[in-house]
Amino acid sequence: MTQDEALRLEGIRKSFGSFVALGGVDLAIRRGEFVCFLGPSGCGKTTLLRIIAGLEQQTAGRVIQHGRDVSHLPPAARDYGIVFQSYALFPNLTVAQNVAYGLVNRRRRRAEIDARVGELLELVGLPDAGRKYPAQCSGGQQQRIALARALATSPSLLLLDEPLSALDAKVRERLRGEIRSLQRRVGVTTIMVTHDQEEALSMADRVVVMNHGLIEQCGTPAEVYEQPATPFVATFLGRVNILPGRSLGAGRYRVGDVDLELPVDGFAPGTDVRIFVRPEDRHVEGDLAAMPNRLSGRVARIDYLGTVCLAEVGCDALHQPLTVAYSLNQLHDLGVREGGRVDFALRPDRVRVFATG
Amino acid sequence: MTAEAASRPAAAPEARGVILGEWIAARGGLVLLASGLLVFLTLPLAMILMRSFEDRAGAFVGLANFVRYVQTPALAQSTWNTLTFAAIATVVVVPMAFLFAYAIQRTCIPAKGLWRSIALLPILAPSLLAAISFIYLFGNQGLLRGLLPLAGLSSIYGLPGMVLAMAFASFPHAVMILLASLSLADARLYEAADAMGTSALRRFVTVTLPSAKYGLVSAAMVTFTMAVSEFGVPKVIGGNYPVLAIDIYKQVIGQQNFQMGAVVGLVLLVPAVVAFVVDAVVQRRQKALMSARSVPYAPRPARLRDGLMLVYVVLISAYMLVVILMAAYGSVVKFWPYNLSFTFDHYRYGFEEAGVEHAYGNSLVMAALCAVLGAAITFAGAYWVEKTRGADALRPVVRLQAMLPMAVPGMVLGIGYILFFNSPANPLNVLYGTMAILVASTIVHFYSSSHLAAVTALKQLDGEFESVSASLKVPFYRTFGRVTLPVCLPTVIDIARYYFVNAMTTISAVVFLYSPKTTLASISILHMDEAGAIGPAAAMATLIVATSALVTVLSLAAEHFILRRTQAWRRAAAPA
Ligand SMILES: Nc1ncnc2c1ncn2[C@@H]1O[C@H](COP(=O)(O)OP(=O)(O)OP(=O)(O)O)[C@@H](O)[C@H]1O
Ligand SMILES: [Mg+2]
Repeated sequence: MTQDEALRLEGIRKSFGSFVALGGVDLAIRRGEFVCFLGPSGCGKTTLLRIIAGLEQQTAGRVIQHGRDVSHLPPAARDYGIVFQSYALFPNLTVAQNVAYGLVNRRRRRAEIDARVGELLELVGLPDAGRKYPAQCSGGQQQRIALARALATSPSLLLLDEPLSALDAKVRERLRGEIRSLQRRVGVTTIMVTHDQEEALSMADRVVVMNHGLIEQCGTPAEVYEQPATPFVATFLGRVNILPGRSLGAGRYRVGDVDLELPVDGFAPGTDVRIFVRPEDRHVEGDLAAMPNRLSGRVARIDYLGTVCLAEVGCDALHQPLTVAYSLNQLHDLGVREGGRVDFALRPDRVRVFATG
Repeated sequence: MTAEAASRPAAAPEARGVILGEWIAARGGLVLLASGLLVFLTLPLAMILMRSFEDRAGAFVGLANFVRYVQTPALAQSTWNTLTFAAIATVVVVPMAFLFAYAIQRTCIPAKGLWRSIALLPILAPSLLAAISFIYLFGNQGLLRGLLPLAGLSSIYGLPGMVLAMAFASFPHAVMILLASLSLADARLYEAADAMGTSALRRFVTVTLPSAKYGLVSAAMVTFTMAVSEFGVPKVIGGNYPVLAIDIYKQVIGQQNFQMGAVVGLVLLVPAVVAFVVDAVVQRRQKALMSARSVPYAPRPARLRDGLMLVYVVLISAYMLVVILMAAYGSVVKFWPYNLSFTFDHYRYGFEEAGVEHAYGNSLVMAALCAVLGAAITFAGAYWVEKTRGADALRPVVRLQAMLPMAVPGMVLGIGYILFFNSPANPLNVLYGTMAILVASTIVHFYSSSHLAAVTALKQLDGEFESVSASLKVPFYRTFGRVTLPVCLPTVIDIARYYFVNAMTTISAVVFLYSPKTTLASISILHMDEAGAIGPAAAMATLIVATSALVTVLSLAAEHFILRRTQAWRRAAAPA
């Protein structure tokens, strides 16, 4: 263990009866880091968070906080603040009383508490909300009040369970930035649970991608997006084309009637593989004739998604359609239209190959 | 702040006391509740089972008591009588209540609030009151006795009077269930039926009835159980129509035959438990139904239907009012029906000569104790079961015991108490004959509904309050006092009111447990009726209704006042 380590999970397992919710999770989190647990519904994110908080008892494994084994301590003996999806604000207490809830218990003087509450409300950008009741605040404000309450006792670890999921899209986007910058200012180690990949990729220092109670990959947003370690991560994050093919050895692969040259080796000739290509991992401009992995096909359909458009291209040689991304400008400059033909080349550096099975 | 976090010692020292305190409070509360229910509910019931296999000397005799029971024609006859009575009462009350609830929820009659309040009035009265009123009306000196032959009856005593009185006493309980189930209509079904040009009758049969079927079953089971367990009504107006509740009373009080009393108690338990199980199964199904998304149905005016329904609702309301007013009137006339001049003699007699003052005072004390202690124990108990952590093996045990009283007729609970607390071997027998045992038995008797109300209120709170408190190192019991209790205050007051009114009117369990010093108002009605003093009996019944009504009104006013004063947050408007 290094001095720098805020939290370490060792072999955490959790079963509910015969159902295995977590199948052995190992993870180390550095001090001050912002980590997101990302995964589909039911993959065990919340369960893992609750185990860290001591609200759920793991079936096996250890939780170590700042070098101290807290595996079997009750929640009150651990050191963290938490914000739940529902915020769980006390409806009969004012905003200031909510924020002060954990301070009152610590035999602090009235004036000291008031000053701290003011400081926290300032921090979350609600300096004048103190006398209101939670029901008088908007969803976004309630979320920030819950955050202030969780931070009031200066915990060394902040746990957030889908803190933004109850808000509408616009507010959510604004709060993403606010939470992130607040976390940087306070410097508190933070774990956030989410099933929204955009949220995870835009906020986290490190994303922990989970599936079926296991960690699939753990890395920076760029790592998990650009170098997905498993087929699950590749498909879960962003869009991807999956091309079934066969290894010909030495980085060559046969897909349909096409041979692709990719800087990925390690598959014996004859191995069945799946090749993962994101829509944007292609060249559509420049000297295409000089590039390897050139393809062409007829545009069957174009989906407009704002600045990016996705063209579904029927490639006869591949025996399957391929989704290719164009910027709006490229679409016009290259004259891409439904029913027209297009040429492009795959970017070999970005393509991932996994053995089938 | 980073520095502060870094310099933080491994365990915040102030947390240790909190953790230990919480550990003890969470488990201690549960253990206390579980053992309370064990001593005041489960052990007394187990005692009935044990005694039923023993002879008077306490020796084990196997099924001998049961054999004797079956072979005693009079006893076997009352089993049949009880079932007949309960079945007829159910068949009469459920359609009557259904039509009433239908009129309130699905038609456009005026003054719905008024009719609803009148329909709920019988809750405030002891069931004896209805029996007394029907004796005034149709008894041997009854005003309307001449009408009996028109209905093919020779006397009101026996089954006819019992059913009429039961129709009064159990009506509000059936109506409350049916009002709730008819409030959950799905307008889309009705629109679909209308779009297909369905006739009104067919629509009623294919849409309305099926959607209310769970409520109907529930109402039927409640009415049936009430009638099976009813003691006061058959005692006063039953004549020569013995039922099981009367048999228990005779065996235990009359003949001091506790073993046979225990056997009859077990027999009485069977239909009550069956009804309870049927209802539990049905309610589980209804929950699934209610989660479906539905659009509330708003009735549209229909002149003929609304007119007929108004007539019906007025008739039913008149029935309830006539029963109550008859007793009240009877209590202030000199000598029914011969001398109708006004007098307070019956009240004076009751208070001065029959020792009723004492009984009435006892009732007030007991009802107040039940209200305060019952509400405190029930709400705290529900909180401990639903919201604390630790000792998880105890939770299902407590939940089961909390629902048990609903299936146990008061007479059965009462005999269990005698057998358990009157035993010289039991150190708790000091309780026997005290006010404490009356309070305990009454709280236990009405525990299930109160517990359910408390659980429902608690489930409406955010499930993470306790987790948040733990993360802030605030013990859960402080959050209970500072958040949970204030937020649930209206429910707590409702529960207290429920205990008060039931403690004022109940007789079934306490009739076995009072002593001369702790006799109650409701029981004194029984005694005065036995002594043929129907005027004073009516006076006492009227006094109980008046007290219950007054306390209900006062507590509603207090609730309103308290909520205005202390709960500004409830009025906090949602932001624009
Ligand atoms: N108390 C419990 N008893 C039984 N199963 C449970 C319990 N709590 C969670 N589970 C199961 O464990 C699995 C993981 O649950 P968890 O709440 O951690 O999922 P999640 O990743 O947070 O999903 P979501 O995105 O839907 O919140 C789910 O399949 C869930 O049904
Ligand atoms: Mg979750």
